[in-house]
Amino acid sequence: MARKGGESIRQRSPQKVGDFDQPSSPKLHVLAVDDSHVDRKVIERLLRISSCRVTAVESGSRALQYLGLNGGEKKSSVGFDVNLILTDYSMPGMTGYELLKKIKESSHLREIPVVIMSSENILARIDRCLEEGAEEFLMKPLKLSDVNRLKDYITREQGAEKGGRGKRKRNLQDDYTPSSPLLSLPPP
Amino acid sequence: MLHENICEKGFLDEQFVQLEELQDDDPNFVEEIATLFYRDSSRLISNIEQALEKSPLDFSKLDNYMHQLKGSTTSIGARRVKNECTQFTDYCNAGNGEGCKRTFQQLKKEHSTLKKKLEAYFQLARQIGPVETACRPK
Repeated sequence: MARKGGESIRQRSPQKVGDFDQPSSPKLHVLAVDDSHVDRKVIERLLRISSCRVTAVESGSRALQYLGLNGGEKKSSVGFDVNLILTDYSMPGMTGYELLKKIKESSHLREIPVVIMSSENILARIDRCLEEGAEEFLMKPLKLSDVNRLKDYITREQGAEKGGRGKRKRNLQDDYTPSSPLLSLPPP
Repeated sequence: MLHENICEKGFLDEQFVQLEELQDDDPNFVEEIATLFYRDSSRLISNIEQALEKSPLDFSKLDNYMHQLKGSTTSIGARRVKNECTQFTDYCNAGNGEGCKRTFQQLKKEHSTLKKKLEAYFQLARQIGPVETACRPK
């Protein structure tokens, strides 16, 4: 498969270009956001055991930075690599809900599924997040079964996208990412 | 045996079992979590202590600290400490300063007791290897 610009890469899989040589399906890349060290470590472990790549950050603003929203233009290509954002709700500075809103407001990030976690079972909070576009709202502490379910869901959704079957906000067809000059650049 | 004691007496709950099951190829995982927990929780306890010395009490700030502490205790499965956190939060919401202070003393005791038990547990685990986990249900 020749690397002609970014076309073949995008259609093959939304993963980063380095996954060409992977015999099995490419790993899902999850961006985990939580201000608690303990929780970050546990979530990282859960995700790694489930064969996901994890990038764990401690705040909403760091997450946005990573995703290329905070003025880091050249980082946008990294942000597109993320298949799922898993964020805590209660965080100082920017809550998970506020992070969710910012992501959904961004034209190039809104397609990334966002899942919110919380230790508090507050219906109004859950409703608000789901209404704002969160895929799911999970109760902490997370279990391995939660992560597996998420994985299955995301993998299925990706398959659906490629098939062109739009769902809710997801109406991108074969382009996982919108056209961007960055995709014709060589990988970093 | 130490491990039965630690769970039967309610110091640790199901969450701790879950963490042990995640250990897999990383035998230090649970101990790392415990270390992180103690680092974070000690800091929060110290913050709460200072805040409890102020007058009048800033219940909103106390509640905030306690929320974070409770989060950590939930993640590691520190049941008894968590119960004290819940109690503290209740007093906080009721604006009951004395209740908060009393509960806080209890909380510190539980916190410190658990720490000793965990230290002993990890020491033992290191000696005998990962033969048996602390709270595996029989």
